[in-house]
Amino acid sequence: MSAAPETLAAGLLQRDRRAVAQALNLVEDARPAARGRIAALLRLVRDDVAEAGHVVGVTGPPGVGKSTLSAALARSLRRRGQRVGLVAVDPSSLASGGSLLGDRARMGDGEPDPGLFIRSLATGGHAGGLSHAAPAAIRVLLAAYDVVLVETTGVGQTETEVRDVVDTVALVVQPGSGDTLQFLKAGVMEIPDLLVVNKADHEALATRAVSDLRSALATAERIGLGGGLSILATSATTGRGFEDLAAALAAHRASLGDSLAARRRAGEVAWAAARFTARHGSHGVARLGGDDALRARIADALPGSAVPLVVDALSTLFLEDLSRAIAPKAETPS
Amino acid sequence: MSERDRPWIMRTYAGHSTARASNALYRTNLAKGQTGLSVAFDLPTQTGYDADHLLARGEVGKVGVPISHLGDMRTLMDRLPVEQMNTSMTINATAAWLLSLYVALAEEQSAAVAMLRGTTQNDIVKEYLSRGTYVFPPAPSLRLITDMIGFTVERVPKWNPINICSYHLQEAGATPVQELAYALVTAIGVLDAVKEAGKVPAERFPKVVGRISFFVNAGIRFVEEMCKMRAFVALWDRICRERYGVEDPKLRRFRYGMQVNSLGLTEQQPENNILRIVLEMLAVTLSKDSRARAIQLPAWNEALGLPRPWDQQWSLRAQQILAYETDLLEYGDLFAGSVEVQKKQRALEEEAWAEVERVLAEGGAVAAVESGSIKQRLVESNAARLRRIEAGQQVVVGVNKYLEGAPSPLVADLDEAILVVDPKVEAEQVASLARWRETRGDVHAALDALREAAAGDANVMPASIAAAKAGVTTGEWAGALREVFGEYRAPTGIAASAPLTPSVESAEGETARIRRARGGLTKKLGRRPRLLVGKPGLDGHSNGAEQIALKARDVGFDVVYEGIRLTPAQIASSALEEGVHLIGLSILSGSHAALVPEVLEALKDAGVEAPVVVGGIIPDADAGRLRDAGVARVYTPKDFELDRIMSDLAELVAEASA
Repeated sequence: MSAAPETLAAGLLQRDRRAVAQALNLVEDARPAARGRIAALLRLVRDDVAEAGHVVGVTGPPGVGKSTLSAALARSLRRRGQRVGLVAVDPSSLASGGSLLGDRARMGDGEPDPGLFIRSLATGGHAGGLSHAAPAAIRVLLAAYDVVLVETTGVGQTETEVRDVVDTVALVVQPGSGDTLQFLKAGVMEIPDLLVVNKADHEALATRAVSDLRSALATAERIGLGGGLSILATSATTGRGFEDLAAALAAHRASLGDSLAARRRAGEVAWAAARFTARHGSHGVARLGGDDALRARIADALPGSAVPLVVDALSTLFLEDLSRAIAPKAETPS
Repeated sequence: MSERDRPWIMRTYAGHSTARASNALYRTNLAKGQTGLSVAFDLPTQTGYDADHLLARGEVGKVGVPISHLGDMRTLMDRLPVEQMNTSMTINATAAWLLSLYVALAEEQSAAVAMLRGTTQNDIVKEYLSRGTYVFPPAPSLRLITDMIGFTVERVPKWNPINICSYHLQEAGATPVQELAYALVTAIGVLDAVKEAGKVPAERFPKVVGRISFFVNAGIRFVEEMCKMRAFVALWDRICRERYGVEDPKLRRFRYGMQVNSLGLTEQQPENNILRIVLEMLAVTLSKDSRARAIQLPAWNEALGLPRPWDQQWSLRAQQILAYETDLLEYGDLFAGSVEVQKKQRALEEEAWAEVERVLAEGGAVAAVESGSIKQRLVESNAARLRRIEAGQQVVVGVNKYLEGAPSPLVADLDEAILVVDPKVEAEQVASLARWRETRGDVHAALDALREAAAGDANVMPASIAAAKAGVTTGEWAGALREVFGEYRAPTGIAASAPLTPSVESAEGETARIRRARGGLTKKLGRRPRLLVGKPGLDGHSNGAEQIALKARDVGFDVVYEGIRLTPAQIASSALEEGVHLIGLSILSGSHAALVPEVLEALKDAGVEAPVVVGGIIPDADAGRLRDAGVARVYTPKDFELDRIMSDLAELVAEASA
């Protein structure tokens, strides 16, 4: 059942679907005993995924059709000959912890497509539109697929951390959704690399929606936001706009050029720092010398390690520090 | 004695195996005193696939008759003169095609097409919501419907081109108010679309309104159901007058056929079902002002498997006794002026109208289908119903009360108490289809003309009829339109549904216990247990799968549910990709014997080792065979205690991971 990390890593690089499935099961495993194996697996594929492929985040408010858009985009990428991994994040129920995943159409007319791998993840109480296992799952898929699409939950305003784990952020909105721009301007929504107006089911609607957004963005640009942002219109119903979207994504990936590896590293550091902060609060961060010091420590440790282990190591460090600080007090007679 | 009223049309929903076998069945049924035909098509025909398509495997001839081309239609209607028949076809996504075949046959027989009488169900909205045999997206589906209406109003004026179905909404769990509201907004959606398409001249529009007919359901609360029918009559009259300005009262009449509730038929003590069926029939017959035009009754043993001719005859006899032996048809309306009935009727009208307005404000029936909002409300109503039965708040005799009794001689030999479709039927249909393709002429031109009509503004009916005459097959017709219109998948409606079970604080008892046990399982597995709920084959009845998926979420599973109509290979692929611990398959079309082994094989090929459970209308003998093939558990309609099923599932995952 549980293959060695070396076997899994080799399988991933050979694009073996069973290895991909097992590797994803492993990175979701929350048992402490799995930590070392997860870190080992991520270290083994580290160099292979440092600059490879393209990770695209599909984000946006609920109800804009992210699932159908992701599916149609995946089809379009497949037509361009690219192999696609899709990570779809769905919310977990607060009451039971359970979730309903995969309320999305598999593609094709009966025969599964070996060049497409879809994995659903539940948020499992993780805020921010992703799942705790999302970054590791993305790396696993990146080792085996050309493009990794990351579809977030659609919680809307709080999905800011997707920026840390993807190369390109595509924000999906509906025609006539002025509130999205309000969020952008107010800074509660991350600035995307691409703006996609979905459900532009007929020509007139598409044209008007795009020009509406453009004029609204012009206002935003005056206050220093969204300069040069591409706006595209798509319709999953008619299939309109997906070739253009795929091309625009590829162009953004190309524009990243040499900065890609650095961008991914910075994202990884930010994610690890966020995990540490979530675990130990600002007090913990201060104890390790503040945010900048924390990030520097993570950045130093990461090349030889992996995020879960680095966070664990820093946690241990912090806890030792804390117990040293508390210990003398405990001995003081009251 | 006053003059007796004319009885309603009596039908039996029938068809299976082959066109020849079904034709023989129809002729026997007519000889027994049945007065109209009700054709049941198999799922490949309903979803536009030929018998040799990958997705048709195991489904050919199962829940109805396979009609692949004009030759099959000829055989189906052999020695049944189309001019004299009143033929109701339960057909929706491919309704335009089946009507084309019927018209082509009539023309071939030199029958007067204008004389044809019958009904094509053609209510695509309820297919998205409940029955699941949709093919195309909502907009082109509505366009096909408007084309058929335009065609029949001109050429086949006695035909009912669409039969708005509240029937399947109740089967999906709708309350009487929901049934009223969603059927009426569907009718409004269709009529508005016809008006907008502008293919019917304004002066003919009242005639179009007059051709809208309905197909309703009646459940066991037969007094409320009768009041519902009276409310339907009143609300429809209001819509016809106020929204469409129809002045002729004849054209405002609420014309409907009905089949009583199958949802309430039980697998336990199944002989009791005939009593339920009779009581439910009263709901649509007692009140003359809201009496059904046509009635078809299910058979007492439908929860066990496919009914035999004798079972259907028993239901027909119930109709005949009510219509011909009793004095019911000698009186005017028995409830005119009844204070109680009026009070209930008014209450239903008011609540239903509020719901109609709510859906219209949301953009109408089609918008509410696309957003999943109606579907979600139906799923919630059904969950509430199941919860009441499980908790014993709603009595179901023989199920949750009065369980003790003498064994029924009717089911002494269970395998004999249902109809078994010969598995050879599929191979025969595939072979005859191959012969048809070899002997017919070139169909390219006909298909090109069909595509052109579909892509443009022309009515697709003439091109469809020409294609029928040219020898085009069902799969080719639907394939051509799939190319033009695209294929649709409806929202499953479960993602946003409210929890079935009360919140954690108050969830005492079984559900809470399962949740705690599941918590231990999560620790053991390292991640939350994952369940894949899969519906292989063409069966679109997703209510059972939806309820299992929701309940599993509420006890803390991560549930992957991807909707209907998946191939075994797709299910295996999902199971692998999603890393599930357990797979639950739901099949209600009776094709489990063919499909389940294929799924097991596909899972093995994909390297998935998770245990598999199956739910459906599965006779005992088949259940044994499925278990022998490696299925861990088999569930049938008698397993209504969801909590117990959930405990089972958690145990299976624990055992498999040990």
